[in-house]
Amino acid sequence: MSDTRKSGDPSSPTQAARLTGAEIVWATLDGEGVREVFGYPGGAILPVYDAMRKFPIHHILVRHEQGAAHMADGYARASGRVGVCIATSGPGATNLVTGIATAMLDSIPIVCITGQVSSKVLGSDAFQEVDITGITLPVTKHNYLVTKAEDIARVLREAFQIAASGRPGPVHVDITKDAQQATADFDFAAAAPRQYRPHPMLSAPASSLAEASRMILGSKRPVILAGQGILLSRAMEQVRTLAERAQIPVGCTLLGLGSFPASHPLSLGMMGMHGETWVNHAIQEADLLIACGMRFDDRVTGLPSTYAPNAKKIHIEIDPSEINKNVAVDIALMGDLGEVLESLLPLLPKRDGSAWLRTIEGMKGNAAVRDIQNLPDNGHLYAAHVINDLWRATNGNAIVVTDVGQHQMWEAQYYKHNEPRTLITSGGLGTMGFALPAAIGAKVACPDKEVWVVAGDGGFQMTMAELATIAQEKLNVNIAIINNGYLGMVRQWQEFFYEKNYQSTPILSPDFVKLADAFGIPGQAVTTRAEVLTAVATARETAGPYLINFMVEQEDSVYPMIPAGKALHEMIHRPPRSAIVEDATDI
Amino acid sequence: MLHTFVAQVEDRPGVLTRVASLFRRLSINIVSVTVGRSERAGVSRMTLVAEAEPGAAHRMKASLYKLENVLDVDDIGQTSCVVRELALIKVAATPATRSHIFELVEVFRARVVDLAPESLMIEITGVQSKVEGLIQVLTDSEDRILEISRTGRMVMRRGQHTSRVLEAMSAQNLDGDFVAGTKPRPDFMPDKSDLAS
Ligand SMILES: Cc1ncc(C[n+]2csc(CCOP(=O)(O)OP(=O)(O)O)c2C)c(N)n1
Ligand SMILES: [Mg+2]
Repeated sequence: MSDTRKSGDPSSPTQAARLTGAEIVWATLDGEGVREVFGYPGGAILPVYDAMRKFPIHHILVRHEQGAAHMADGYARASGRVGVCIATSGPGATNLVTGIATAMLDSIPIVCITGQVSSKVLGSDAFQEVDITGITLPVTKHNYLVTKAEDIARVLREAFQIAASGRPGPVHVDITKDAQQATADFDFAAAAPRQYRPHPMLSAPASSLAEASRMILGSKRPVILAGQGILLSRAMEQVRTLAERAQIPVGCTLLGLGSFPASHPLSLGMMGMHGETWVNHAIQEADLLIACGMRFDDRVTGLPSTYAPNAKKIHIEIDPSEINKNVAVDIALMGDLGEVLESLLPLLPKRDGSAWLRTIEGMKGNAAVRDIQNLPDNGHLYAAHVINDLWRATNGNAIVVTDVGQHQMWEAQYYKHNEPRTLITSGGLGTMGFALPAAIGAKVACPDKEVWVVAGDGGFQMTMAELATIAQEKLNVNIAIINNGYLGMVRQWQEFFYEKNYQSTPILSPDFVKLADAFGIPGQAVTTRAEVLTAVATARETAGPYLINFMVEQEDSVYPMIPAGKALHEMIHRPPRSAIVEDATDI
Repeated sequence: MLHTFVAQVEDRPGVLTRVASLFRRLSINIVSVTVGRSERAGVSRMTLVAEAEPGAAHRMKASLYKLENVLDVDDIGQTSCVVRELALIKVAATPATRSHIFELVEVFRARVVDLAPESLMIEITGVQSKVEGLIQVLTDSEDRILEISRTGRMVMRRGQHTSRVLEAMSAQNLDGDFVAGTKPRPDFMPDKSDLAS
């Protein structure tokens, strides 16, 4: 990359120089290794846009700033690198907020840069002034208001460090226009942040490690709870070693899918509200839970007072404020998951777990593989079939980016993720409209990977303007719309808990294929099961983007389901004799 | 119960908002907060008293540490320390009623710091119950209290636990391994060992 630069070029980050604040923004991003940013210009950020051409960074113009934040987020989730988005002051900045909150709740490292009115008029309700650092304070890991050009490099470098270290999260940097226009000495190396200070309460003392290993060896019915922390800590190997050596079955949270191979004999599948029956039963019957980088979210515990009543709990976690927050634990090992496991594993001899594994096998019945392929075609098109066919057609190798709703849960149930960072989904905030922009970010981060959007007809309409971004950037993103004519997940709750009062959930959609066509994106509608695989094949063979509008069964529901506020074992099951199975005994 | 934390924070705009926002999010009521310069340049010292369940201390402390501008947090808990509050109390007083107020002030070891034809101002320093005692007695003796200004609690550990000691302790800790196998941080020692002379 440096060969394109001449000496004295402002884009050379190693060389100290006198630059404008705007140039310092790019020079610092460049020095941090950023090659792509997602953004939208406006008055208060114009100096930064003006300076961009001097730097080897590609800017992707979005259609709404929420999309820019989700793209940075998808970029970070797919690659593990910090994603960057840029917006102007006022409305540009407020449009970012949903995307920032989405990244916050899922601990995703992004840096958001916004322009701000000149420091001389701060606080005067100037044109397009909004107190954006006040607004983003509770939804960022940290934020800054920068009013001087000489502070920009240091603050941005700190922002990258904070975003990516410890428990990752979004960092917002608001830069006044006069700071962008002023000049200052730029020295990338001198602007390096001070050494990162880990959370001072982290501790995993030898005595606790020894106690944990004794607990594991003495347990009869242990379960590993695998969360996204495994991906963030890059601890896949260590978790796998733990599971294999001690023969402990592994259940995944939604964001933990892919952290442990779905095809591994010890893999149980997803836990929680729409998790597999046997996983939730195993957790309820367990005598030991080993929580690895997960935070006992209410979507996985059900009613906390009824959660795993007989189990001792070991919580391995990098954020001390998560300890005993939702579920009281017996041993807290506070630190980086990979490092803690590296210290724990030498204390742990082999262990025989066959009796418990056989018991769980018995709970699974013959439904362990959710084998819906062998069901006869009854003329209906079910979302589960679409997802399962997508999994088969892509050999499970695609990055699937989902939106939020029923289709999201079906994806989690019927697409088997063996590799980390192949499922990208908004878990904590559950942000509809996430999928399309996040997929753009994922594709930009991993151009060689096959990327699929799986979105509902509702959520897709929230951010579908980003189809234009796909077209402008000529990105090869495939889009599967699971079109059930409803805000399906809400309709399901209305069916179960509100006497089928389908208030405001039937949703009219445009002809998505025609819509795509307007952007120059080819596509087709699919109404029968027989067409699914050929349509997916066409999408995969098409060089650019492709959209498939899957017209699926309208009033299908996701099973099993733990109603909110109930215990894990109080699941609602699919009524007997219905077409799709969750348990082979239903056939 | 009342929890008391002493936090060393960066002396910058917005830091108080971040701390306050954290307690607001946890919907924990801040009973009092005093902030001022500490003995270190660029570092403010905050004494924060909050009403919360006994088990909430860990979460509050751990959450405070998640704020980038918070350098050190000391959970005072039940440990031995000096607690002081300062109050200024303006009381309506005529030449006729002054003398018994002077007597009360004497008993409470307070001071009269201002005298006007119709009022006088009392300065009192001490633990909360002492301040409240004086207010109570003034109220009972039907003196009209015109204004009260209270600082809220300020706290300092007795003996060895000056912040210089804490600083040395945390500097030591920063060099060490924070993960597995290291000796626990002083914060994790049982409360008893925190008790100074
Ligand atoms: C921005 C936002 N608004 C509202 C919701 C509440 N919500 C959760 S799922 C859902 C329905 C989603 O419908 P659709 O996108 O069609 O997906 P489906 O459930 O039908 O698969 C709604 C409205 C949400 N999660 N996010
Ligand atoms: Mg729908």
